[in-house]
Amino acid sequence: MSYRTEHIRAQFPILQQQVYGQALVYFDNAATTQKPGVVIEALAAYYEKQNANIHRGVHYLSQKATDAFEETRSLVKDFIHAEHRHEIIFTRGTTESINLVASSFRKAFLKPGDEIILSMMEHHSNIVPWQMACETSGAKIRVIPVTESGCLDLDAYRALITDRTRLVAVTHVSNTLGTINPIKEIIATAHQHNIPVLIDGAQAVAHLKVDVQTLGCDFYCFSGHKMYAPMGVGVLYGKEGILNALPPYQGGGEMIKNVSFERTTYNELPFKFEAGTPNVGDVIGLGKAIEWLEQTGIENIAAHEHELLAYATRKLEECGEIRFFGTAPLKAAVISFLISDLHPYDAGTILDRLGIAIRTGNHCTQPLIDHYGIPGTMRASFAAYNTKEEIDRMMEAILKVKQMFA
Amino acid sequence: MNIKEAEEQIMEEFSHFSDWMDRYNYIIELGKSLPVIDPQYKTEQYLISGCQSQVWLHARYEEGKIVFTADSDAIITKGIVNLLIRVLSGQSPEDIINADMKYIDSIGLRDHLSPTRSNGLLAMIKQMKLYAVVFKAREGR
Repeated sequence: MSYRTEHIRAQFPILQQQVYGQALVYFDNAATTQKPGVVIEALAAYYEKQNANIHRGVHYLSQKATDAFEETRSLVKDFIHAEHRHEIIFTRGTTESINLVASSFRKAFLKPGDEIILSMMEHHSNIVPWQMACETSGAKIRVIPVTESGCLDLDAYRALITDRTRLVAVTHVSNTLGTINPIKEIIATAHQHNIPVLIDGAQAVAHLKVDVQTLGCDFYCFSGHKMYAPMGVGVLYGKEGILNALPPYQGGGEMIKNVSFERTTYNELPFKFEAGTPNVGDVIGLGKAIEWLEQTGIENIAAHEHELLAYATRKLEECGEIRFFGTAPLKAAVISFLISDLHPYDAGTILDRLGIAIRTGNHCTQPLIDHYGIPGTMRASFAAYNTKEEIDRMMEAILKVKQMFA
Repeated sequence: MNIKEAEEQIMEEFSHFSDWMDRYNYIIELGKSLPVIDPQYKTEQYLISGCQSQVWLHARYEEGKIVFTADSDAIITKGIVNLLIRVLSGQSPEDIINADMKYIDSIGLRDHLSPTRSNGLLAMIKQMKLYAVVFKAREGR
């Protein structure tokens, strides 16, 4: 079946609306994607027909909610091709997934003088949790530099590895530059030295097929809301062995086996890391989003987005006076640029009034933006439902901006 | 000109604009015409950092009035900075502390002062009022 964008667009109620009297052009998908009707309906259906607290409930509704919740765990396992269901931990999002690992990893493994390798293009959520872990353990952060085109400098990476390196944490796809990093190679290099690797997959899972067993990563983190699922739900995948070696993150109900004031024993995976009542409704929504993605076909979406990326890049090149940030040969559907020396806040404000939603600023990657010596970028990021006509509208708006600030 | 008169003058200017583009074109003009801040004040010490744009603000106290000069790296922010300076600079600490700044709403720029916008403008108003509190306290001693 060929890819019909109008058929896809029709499934997203929010895209049917106007902003400031014009059809909305939504190019802020790297921040969050919109949700298809099936996901929105699944949320309503859960609260109308299934809502109950899950696990250990003997009654009918609790059983149904538990089944739906655990069914999603299986869907996620297959979606990223994990080996076991219990390697899938539900969290609030990528940020919480990384915080969980950073906090538990510190308790189990980090000592003064140990080193963690990150990259210059990391999102703040893959920097700050490690800084916090370093503060309390005395470990240090080492940073893989970025080349002019926005690729990781792999020679520098290899040179950073020492016998004090305890973990490597890098992003799969840069949210600011769009670069798809060669993580398989990065993981293999670390594993030669028996160093575990965490991958921030927030910008990857909705745009390319992820297979955690082929990649070999020890941890893979992602958020639901950037892959057509509700906000407030995310996933931590971890290999069984390393998850078992980590102490729990939060304490509470669900994560325990036996509690007395003298001694508490912890539950098995995955429950050991899922303290408290989970976000059942949104987890079920995530399951629906995965079904939607698989029916639509991630490969089809990727091909469509790639076409949009090439088209937008060409149009921006033709427009002149555009400075691109991130020109790696392998990119996901993110395009970061500036119009000559114009401040991104100025351009973004006018684009907004013309109905074009892009993101401006440092995109929570301040070290990277400082590296380029700019106040931020304008970032257009594409998803399954975007069209070339929308890119044409963005280009018209950019012309208008150029006139206004000339 | 007191604060109320300055606000009324600005509201009058903006009442001529029928659409948002004229309004923004005027703000861009105001941004370009903002009196230049002395370069020695464009330093970290005078910086009000926003996530989206940055503002530098300097204040000096002269004969019972506070004189503000400011700058921003974004032109639209700078235009709105100009409007804030026109109203609050050259006023007494007491009047600055009591200014409600509602004229910003009535000229359709409230969005730019929202706490989530993070362009440095809301923090700039806070900082201007803080200067007023400090100068007033010093005067009372």
